[in-house]
Amino acid sequence: MKEQLQRIKEAALSKISTEGTIAALNDIRVQYLGKKGELTAILKGMKDVSTEERPVVGQMVNDVREAIEKALDEVGSKIAKTVRDVQLKNEKIDVTMPAKHMEIGHRHPMNIVIDDLKKIFIGMGYEIVEGPEVEFDYYNFEALNIPANHPAKDEQDTFYIGNDILLRTQTSSVQVRVMENSQPPIKVIAPGRVFRADEVDATHSPSFHQIEGLVIDKNITMADLKGALAVFAKELYGPDVKVKFRPHHFPFTEPSAEMDVSCAVCGGKGCRMCKGTGWIEVLGCGMVHPKVLKQSGIDPDVYQGFAFGMGLERIALLRYGIDDMRLLYENDVRFLKQF
Amino acid sequence: MLTPLSWLREYVDIDVDPITFCDDMTMSGTKVEGLEEKGKDISGVFVGKIVEITKHPDADKLRVCQVEVGREAPLQIVTAATNVQVGDVIPVALDGARLAGDFKIKKSKLRGVESNGMMCSVEELGATREEFPEAPEHGIYVFSEDVKIGSDAKTAFGLDETVIEYEITSNRVDCYSVLGIAREAAATYNKPFRFPKVEVKEIGGDANDYAKVEIQAPNLCLRYAARIVKNIKVEPSPKWMQKRLVACGVRPINNIVDITNYVMLEFGQPMHAFDLECLEEKKIIVRCAYDGEKIQTLDGQERKLDSSMLVIADASKATAIAGIMGGEQTKIMENTTTLLFESATFDGTNIRLSGKKLGLRTESSGKYEKGLDPNLAEIAVNRACQLVVELGAGEVVSGMIDNYPNVRKPWEVQFSAEKTNKLLGINLSEDEMVGYLKRVECEYNAETKMVKVPTFRTDLETNADLAEEVARLFGYNNIPVTLPSGTPTVGKLNFKQNVEDMTRNVVEQCGFNGCLVYAFESPKVFDKLLIPEGDKLREAVKISNPLGEDYSIMRTTTMEGILSSLSTNYNRRNKSAKLYELANIYVPKAVPLVELPDERMQLTLGMYGNIDFFYMKGVIETLFEKLGLLNIPKYDPNCTNSWLHPGRKADVIYNGEVLGYIGEIHPEVLDNYSIGEKAYVAVIDMPTLTKYATTERKYEHLAKFPAVTRDLSLLTKVDTTVGEIEEILRNNGGKILESVSLFDVYQGDKIDKGYKSVAYSLVFRAKDKTLEDKDVNDIISKQLSVLEKNGIELRK
Repeated sequence: MKEQLQRIKEAALSKISTEGTIAALNDIRVQYLGKKGELTAILKGMKDVSTEERPVVGQMVNDVREAIEKALDEVGSKIAKTVRDVQLKNEKIDVTMPAKHMEIGHRHPMNIVIDDLKKIFIGMGYEIVEGPEVEFDYYNFEALNIPANHPAKDEQDTFYIGNDILLRTQTSSVQVRVMENSQPPIKVIAPGRVFRADEVDATHSPSFHQIEGLVIDKNITMADLKGALAVFAKELYGPDVKVKFRPHHFPFTEPSAEMDVSCAVCGGKGCRMCKGTGWIEVLGCGMVHPKVLKQSGIDPDVYQGFAFGMGLERIALLRYGIDDMRLLYENDVRFLKQF
Repeated sequence: MLTPLSWLREYVDIDVDPITFCDDMTMSGTKVEGLEEKGKDISGVFVGKIVEITKHPDADKLRVCQVEVGREAPLQIVTAATNVQVGDVIPVALDGARLAGDFKIKKSKLRGVESNGMMCSVEELGATREEFPEAPEHGIYVFSEDVKIGSDAKTAFGLDETVIEYEITSNRVDCYSVLGIAREAAATYNKPFRFPKVEVKEIGGDANDYAKVEIQAPNLCLRYAARIVKNIKVEPSPKWMQKRLVACGVRPINNIVDITNYVMLEFGQPMHAFDLECLEEKKIIVRCAYDGEKIQTLDGQERKLDSSMLVIADASKATAIAGIMGGEQTKIMENTTTLLFESATFDGTNIRLSGKKLGLRTESSGKYEKGLDPNLAEIAVNRACQLVVELGAGEVVSGMIDNYPNVRKPWEVQFSAEKTNKLLGINLSEDEMVGYLKRVECEYNAETKMVKVPTFRTDLETNADLAEEVARLFGYNNIPVTLPSGTPTVGKLNFKQNVEDMTRNVVEQCGFNGCLVYAFESPKVFDKLLIPEGDKLREAVKISNPLGEDYSIMRTTTMEGILSSLSTNYNRRNKSAKLYELANIYVPKAVPLVELPDERMQLTLGMYGNIDFFYMKGVIETLFEKLGLLNIPKYDPNCTNSWLHPGRKADVIYNGEVLGYIGEIHPEVLDNYSIGEKAYVAVIDMPTLTKYATTERKYEHLAKFPAVTRDLSLLTKVDTTVGEIEEILRNNGGKILESVSLFDVYQGDKIDKGYKSVAYSLVFRAKDKTLEDKDVNDIISKQLSVLEKNGIELRK
């Protein structure tokens, strides 16, 4: 019996060592260890073995079984590895083949700029407000201290619907509506479309975008105006940007100013973009005129504040290097997909 | 406005370089638009005198000149010019000179003859014949006046002038003059302002005996001052005056006209000179024109006037359009002997409106439009008379005709240093502030705390105006930089803005690109979109002064914008395009407008290129899902939009309300927009969408119990919509019907004609138990019985 077991073991081990597939190994497993397998048969013959020898033979059978199983596992995992290696080799791909793109839409560059500005001002505690695009003369002009017959009201600038209704020429119209409808503290921005009768060309459009800001409280000063807009400029143009405030005139602010930022193209040295000055004019601002406050129901003896307004197209054109404003309204997907 | 620096320097000392000066002026409130240093690029050009001319030995067209340039010996210059003779004084560029256009002059040989330089034309010196009308065309400039041989020709030409262009804001009419700028420069540098001394040498008599002035429209003419000059000698004005006029962009004409222009530039007061002999009855009547009255203006044109326009007339006719342009009949001629200088103040608005009606805007009207100080009229007319005497152009009669019923006096403004500090966020003493105010000629009374404002500063009315004066002279850049204190505020988007933002995100994720479209468009779009006559969409807000018919109405639908954009893409051979727009339509409540129109924000989607109706439908449903519209939308094919394919369109209905529509574009409309393939659109009304949108969500437990799936194959008439079937399945699905999904629609040989087979996969699941067959069977038989009642049967 001992010899028989030894023979089985050797035969099995030699068979295993020469096999190359998992299927053949399974056959060997069945041949020796299966229900009708050779080793199983020996176990079945154990009843003929004497009780004294049984444990010894049993032990021997188990040893043989373990040896066969071990060999099966070892060769099996070797074969599996070879098979996996072949598979991996065959599955090699050319990773430089073209990508499969998700078709995701793009935001219009104007809206990206508007969104950026909104985020900056929301971060600074401003609410976003809106007002009508078709507006009463009163909100666009009169309440902003631009009386009848002011040159800015000339038909050549303003689109009129009727005598007292027009297409707003500035988002400043929203200022008045906000002041009429709320009490200080007021801290808002109003982005939106405005309209002026300019013929379409590379730098003009009869429809464009502005953002208006208004801050009113008891102790808002011109120094605060400078501070707030300096923070804004750094957020929009980067931490190295320099700002400069120049006196100017707007009917609805007093004192009034224009803010220049150092030219991002040349860093302030002077170039074509900034016409050699090193500065780019970005916005108009000032302390809200006491007449405007009073007109809108806010007591100028108690409250004061600042307002600012800027055109947004220019920001987008400068940022993206777009050289013709008409591109913004053509909606060619080859243009839109670049942003 | 252009002002030569040398002229300014007559009234104020400016001891900085031009660039610093420009910066300083800009920072104190007089914005410099441009700086032109004339002759900056020209060097090495001297005044020379031709002492000898000989023929060139080898060239017929060249001549050899000996030119004295103040050196030991004359220099030899070869020239091709034919207009010079011995004795002519000319500008000559010597070896090493630089001329206009970066042109360098070198000593050279011309056909073997040495030439030490080049004689110059005005163009070569960077000037034009407009500035030097006496210069010959294509020839060397020859000096007519006494200039020093050997001196710098630039100085002789006045080409070393620095001219600065200022942008004057509409509130500072006082700065539309050399004196106004000089006053600002003096304030900027805190230097004395030397106002010119105006004294007139008179010959006696009384101007009032020579002419009479009558103002018939006193509300439009605040002042009319006039003086009389006799024994006029009309001739060209002196070079120095011509040069200043040219530097300011004014063309010299003759001494009298030049004097009026000179005074206008210097003081900002427009003036006019009438030939007194041509004024009938020697009368000046300031009146409104008669409707249809005609006048031939100085530019030779006949102008038709109306009664809103102010004219200067004599006893019988209009002789000038007040403040805008003089008339041909009374202009100064060479034989004029006696003139009347007008120095008047007209209402600015009237001048502006008249100028606009006539399409005529002049240097003069440009100044009047802003509203002049009537107190300027007197000194200006005296200045003109002073110049007449200085130039020997005539003799000034004593006295002035002055019609000035309401004298403008300085006014007072309450000033508070404390308020000013509080407004500006600075901390200056009252004395410091008053110091700044004094620089701009505002006097302060410390007792009454009142500031007396000079009459030319109509912009100073309140403490805030005075604060600006303080701030700009103190320096805006010296104001500290602080951040607003006080009540903290929270920055945020409101719900509507959030919904818009989310909408953009979803449609972009679905592949649509944001686009921008004008709000105004052509009324022709209604026909292009097949919108029937009388349709409400044709009632649009009209712009009364549009840029053209194509931009004349405010849109009532967004179709034109999206279809034009798709068309642009199609015609540029872009294979596909998906575009969206989020902007307003303008729906009038009544036309013409009394109230503002309803501005409704619309989400508009448009696309073409290997895509279909159901893609668009998917985008809309994805949007609804993201915005929390979790009920199932319905689609009504009976939507009425004329621009959609009649068999491929639907209103999108949510909770019984129309939110918008989806559809394929009608082939005829595609033709109208030159789009050569099927295009699809969807429009959602944002205010209605926002009503149903919500960001609130509640977690629902993940299913624990298994689902049971049943497939149903149904047979129905072809025109039954799957929407109807689904509605029945859902309405009768009890609590356990989890989903209904269509997986096949079949029409063909295997079923009767006029019928179709529709196959659904139904998924059932209970939250609290594993479903048994019976639970599901009960539901299905209920569904089938209702389907049957509607003529829909189980396919056998």
